[in-house]
Amino acid sequence: MKKIILSLLALTVLFAGSPIKNGYDVGDVATDFKLKNVDGKTISLADYSSAKGFIVVFDCNTCPVSKAYNSRIIALNKKYAPQDFPLIAINPNSPEVSKGESFDEMVRIAKKKGYDFPYLYDESQQIAKAYGATNTPHVFVLKKTGDELKVVYIGAIDDNSRDAVGASKKYVEQAVDEILAGKPVSVTKTKAIGCGVKWKSA
Amino acid sequence: MNKIVIVIALVAGGFSVGAQVPLIRLAELQKLMDTPSDEVKVVNFWATWCAPCIKELPLFEKINQDRKDAKVTLVSMDIDLDPNPEKVYKFVSRKKLQSQVVILNERNPNDWIDKIEKEWSGALPATLLINTKNGKRKFVEKELHEGDLEKLIDEIKN
Repeated sequence: MKKIILSLLALTVLFAGSPIKNGYDVGDVATDFKLKNVDGKTISLADYSSAKGFIVVFDCNTCPVSKAYNSRIIALNKKYAPQDFPLIAINPNSPEVSKGESFDEMVRIAKKKGYDFPYLYDESQQIAKAYGATNTPHVFVLKKTGDELKVVYIGAIDDNSRDAVGASKKYVEQAVDEILAGKPVSVTKTKAIGCGVKWKSA
Repeated sequence: MNKIVIVIALVAGGFSVGAQVPLIRLAELQKLMDTPSDEVKVVNFWATWCAPCIKELPLFEKINQDRKDAKVTLVSMDIDLDPNPEKVYKFVSRKKLQSQVVILNERNPNDWIDKIEKEWSGALPATLLINTKNGKRKFVEKELHEGDLEKLIDEIKN
């Protein structure tokens, strides 16, 4: 009996310690969503009927890495929205865990920085979970093929968190340029140091 | 005169922290992780800018103090955002950290995150536990709470 209890305990600990592996891999079909934007309106990817794809960035208010990439995120939308490849930012963080992640603060930052793209509030964190966002900023490039949105790139914006000028590999730009040129995406997955998503405690 | 003594003490203190907190390359970190040891290696990845990392640091300090069967190493990722390690030195001396602290001096994390741990997305905080005697490893990519580290160490100890 003791042994059974012990092995049950061991199993519980084992599962508690292992990360939940879900979310998208490259090639998967991404789900659309209905999330509240900083202007109070609800946004879906389906609203963009002429889009060829999307740069979905899980981003937030407080993370120093997000702050370092802020102007690069703004520039990505300026460059690609006119080419029907708009950027959508989503904040997956729970303000219950980190106060600075509140919706009001999102509104303030979007105004101050002049965001001309949606900055959406994933209050239930279901979209971050479905996509498999782990950190901020974390990018998912989606390509529209027929009615479906295919995940073609997952990872970092570029290879230099410190400054845009020092970046030698601009992963997201390269991926979107390749899609727009009708080519396959050559670098589909990258990693970067970022702030872990602030998940609500279960 | 007193002032001069204080200044000298401060400068010496600053130097000693710098000397105790080396900047290391990936190969040195890998060696630190792989070198056979009787202790369970508890390697925490953190940065001075990471609030949940700072919150959980006392848990690592406690393990470092209490557990003779575990060896804590705090690996700072600060260089990724800021080339100047001064912030880390100041933090270590202000918090009087007793655990071993190193600063990973590498750029372009995409080249080395997988070499440290394939499961790691790059998110901070993250913690890797290694038992070189039986080859068991545990990786956790989240903020830890009271008692978590003890459980994780015991899990891979035998």
